[in-house]
Amino acid sequence: MNPEKDQQHDPEAIEKSRQQRLEIDLAARWPVGIFIGSSIFWLLLGSALAIAASIKLHDPAFLAENPWLTFGRVRPAHLNIVAYGWLSTAGIGIGLWILSRLCRAPIRDNRSLTLAAALWNMGNAVGTWGILRGDSTAVEWLEYPTYAAPFLLVSFAFVMLESVGLIRRRPPGHIYISQWYIMAAFFWFPSLYFTAHGLLVLAPVQAPAQPPINWWFAHNALGLWFTPIGLGAAYYLIPKIIGRPIHSYYLSVIGFWSLAFFYAWNGMHHLIGGPFPAWLITASVVASIMMFIPVITVAINHHFTMVGHFKKTIYSPTLRFVVFGAMCYTLASFQGSTMAIRSLNGITHFTHYTIAHAHLGAYGFATMVFFGSIYYIMPRLLEREWPSRFLIRIHFWSCAIGFIAYFIFLSWGGILQGIEMNQKETPFLEIVALTMPYLKLRTVAGSLMTLGHLAFAVSFCWMIISHRASTGEPTLFSKRIPNPDPIS
Amino acid sequence: MSKFRYIFIGFMLTFLSSWVGLVLMPVWGLGNFEQTPDPATGEMIPPKLSSLEKEGRDVYIANGCVYCHSQQVHPARVRTDIARGWGVRRTVARDYMNQEVAQMGTMRTGPDLSNIGVRNPSETWHYLHLYNPQITSKGSNMPPFTFLFETKKKDPENPAKDALNLPEGFGPGADYEVTPSHEMRALVAYLQSLKLSAYEIPEAPAARIESLAE
Repeated sequence: MNPEKDQQHDPEAIEKSRQQRLEIDLAARWPVGIFIGSSIFWLLLGSALAIAASIKLHDPAFLAENPWLTFGRVRPAHLNIVAYGWLSTAGIGIGLWILSRLCRAPIRDNRSLTLAAALWNMGNAVGTWGILRGDSTAVEWLEYPTYAAPFLLVSFAFVMLESVGLIRRRPPGHIYISQWYIMAAFFWFPSLYFTAHGLLVLAPVQAPAQPPINWWFAHNALGLWFTPIGLGAAYYLIPKIIGRPIHSYYLSVIGFWSLAFFYAWNGMHHLIGGPFPAWLITASVVASIMMFIPVITVAINHHFTMVGHFKKTIYSPTLRFVVFGAMCYTLASFQGSTMAIRSLNGITHFTHYTIAHAHLGAYGFATMVFFGSIYYIMPRLLEREWPSRFLIRIHFWSCAIGFIAYFIFLSWGGILQGIEMNQKETPFLEIVALTMPYLKLRTVAGSLMTLGHLAFAVSFCWMIISHRASTGEPTLFSKRIPNPDPIS
Repeated sequence: MSKFRYIFIGFMLTFLSSWVGLVLMPVWGLGNFEQTPDPATGEMIPPKLSSLEKEGRDVYIANGCVYCHSQQVHPARVRTDIARGWGVRRTVARDYMNQEVAQMGTMRTGPDLSNIGVRNPSETWHYLHLYNPQITSKGSNMPPFTFLFETKKKDPENPAKDALNLPEGFGPGADYEVTPSHEMRALVAYLQSLKLSAYEIPEAPAARIESLAE
């Protein structure tokens, strides 16, 4: 199965493979480093806007004087920054690096990729500026005005070109499942963005047809962009760190194809009850329920690979973040399927419950897996170790506890909101009052998550400016290493 | 490359299937509506937005009203929209044809606005509410939109006719007067135009929909 297996004990082959990895990481240093480094800047800005938006929901007079900071601009700015500034920027960097490693081919044209990173960041900066100054399109997930789109699309064209180059230059043989996921994501995202931006913003179709395209895009931004990058990273990192192959190769293939087909059809469950043909909504409800297939196969593969190795999450930061993320993926997907059932959707639609669910996918899963990936990639790119295990600990616990609290508070508030909204006797302002304590607790939980992001950013900057060469010892949560297994 | 080529074709085909189903089909089925004469009045419905109402819609879009207010009335058998008075019938696709930018929304931090033009036609109420929601709706978490109003020193000889009549404790004080800006006027004109399901349309006569709800 594994072509490397026979060579495992040949010292010459081991040395050759090590040299190859060094070469790959050196070629990736600048482009991947810039993508990942700039994503952390957007993470911090996105968090600041998130807290501002959260405070505004329980204290509406907060920062209300300035039009640039009104809730209806800060909220979409937060969403677009975390989606395109943080998750996408980090996702491109992580995807390219894993692809380069798995194709055993160094990135060839790192100048065009560095240009791509610059364009991508410019697109985000211009788009954010556009939203805050009042040019938002108010199309959910696509609020960046048209003048930001060319930056993003041209940048992505370079990323696609390089990814095709890597696939072409790979030595013959097995293609690992992470390569499937990452290549698919690199082609799905621009196709989604181009279609949706074109038909909704650039040359809008008649208004009644807009929401289906909007939610086809918005749901697939998570399902066909962040999810495949996150799953590709988890499929790569879990076996790497614990030193055993994935549980089942065949399941991973079933998981890929069922995700590719069913996830793409999910989006219309955001429109249940709205003015659309029944078949359109029903198609998505069915596809949402069918998501149990890819989710269960991926869950079996990730969690069964981990069986017997969970204690390694005590030591490995990467593994702890990625396993946390993989668990959230299972939960988010199960929850998402249930939310598409019409009777339950009757309560949860139009409430904060949906916001909590979106964060379970985009934060609990994608963001946490990306944190774990960055902990793994950066020491290899820079040949340096993370400077402080204390900061990594703060990062993990603030984000994990903060996020779990965020999710519970907001889901609970959302359920109450949904139940009361369906009681015609409950006056609307009473529902607003009912959600208040939960919205305040959300601000507290979100601040804790942001504290974790600050620890991460400090850790990252410290790593960049310190000239300490690698000691060869990875920075683990604990100094004690339980056994000589390869751990990172 | 040969093996990867099949994977590539495969995942682009699954993508294409959703593109046909959820993009192309809606454009065909929901993208070509035409106005129809109202059987009662003979006017063409749904009505078109005036240029001031369009300006107002752009203010609505720029300031992200959609993140808290939906514009869709759901059937009575699913939700309490009709019981709450948000519309006499559910909204149907054609109701939105002249909106140009769909603002149907996915969140109800605030109430639905599909028929706010019928539910609350008072211009004064909207100005006070948008100046500071606490004036009209105490406990609301809607932000004040003071930046869409102009505050000037009051000229006792010649007071502005359209100055807001702000209650005690709100506004800049007795020496000043607050008037709606042009953008605010446009926004309120747009809100008053929102009567998305306030007329009968062949595909959704109110009476029939109501009887379905029983």
